[in-house]
Amino acid sequence: MSAQNKHSDSYSDIMAFVQHEHGLSHPITVYRSASDLTLAVPREILLDTLTKLKEDHHFVYLVDIVGADRFVEGDRFEVLYNLIDLKSARRLIVKTLADEDSPVLPSVSSIWTNASWHEREVFDMYGVHFTDHPDLRRVYLPEDFEYYPLRKEFPLLGIPGSIDLPTSTPDQEASS
Amino acid sequence: MGLESALGEGFITTRVDDLVGWARANSTWPMPMGLACCAIEMMAFAGPRYDASRFGSEVMRFSPRQSDLLIVAGWCSYKMSHAVRRIWDQMPDPKWCIAMGACASTGGMHRCYGVVQGIDNFLPVDAYISGCPPRPDALLNALMTIQEKVKTEHSVLLDA
Repeated sequence: MSAQNKHSDSYSDIMAFVQHEHGLSHPITVYRSASDLTLAVPREILLDTLTKLKEDHHFVYLVDIVGADRFVEGDRFEVLYNLIDLKSARRLIVKTLADEDSPVLPSVSSIWTNASWHEREVFDMYGVHFTDHPDLRRVYLPEDFEYYPLRKEFPLLGIPGSIDLPTSTPDQEASS
Repeated sequence: MGLESALGEGFITTRVDDLVGWARANSTWPMPMGLACCAIEMMAFAGPRYDASRFGSEVMRFSPRQSDLLIVAGWCSYKMSHAVRRIWDQMPDPKWCIAMGACASTGGMHRCYGVVQGIDNFLPVDAYISGCPPRPDALLNALMTIQEKVKTEHSVLLDA
């Protein structure tokens, strides 16, 4: 009970913000877990919401961006933004969905600079594209790799021959 | 060894192959290719307790140009494999290679798309070590195995 009170107190401004946004055409859904609050935000108002969360509610620290493949029809991919408010020491998860056929989301690297590499990772693993990203390239896998390995249909051992191994004879560059 | 009695004290006779093999076997300078946690055991191998200098291998050379023995310690990703192969190509002959641990030998627990399932897919490996990670003793054992191999190598095929 006390935890519940503490919960609603520490997130009261967020709840008020969500209530206010509810009047708009794209409603925000709120999920509560033991210690955190999760907001499911439609992708149309994602950039706007995250900007407000940073500027009005002091969520200045973007911890991580996580991708997920829900493997369902329609909005197949999910992207979660893990935010921390350094002033009140609280955490907020914002999640949004991306379509299967054209997985496109707005880049938040204009709000948090470190989002750039996190978004590159999500792009690398799931193929979710981020518009207005400064440099959307693969992070871990070779740049000419054609697949997205964390998608559910990708085989665990990979696709044979999709990544080159070095030749077993010395190459021109090393032997010269 | 009849020749020694003719030459007197201060001379021993041997074959050039044996002499060169003895010198090479006891001065195999390793190129540490520490890719994962096996590298910690490799450090212990070089440290005072296990003491690789007993076998003449204490000089960890971080330049492939000066080393004879490539110790691949840890899992090797497809992206890293090109760098490892290039370092191997830069090492002067004669050279030897140890695949240290389950991951370097077979991919180990990293049975996935990004990890090469055994470095023998692109390198000629002389000694494989099991274990995850193997103890430094095991690495010493691999070194001794390679020393045996070096000592018994012959530049000319001898009659049986």
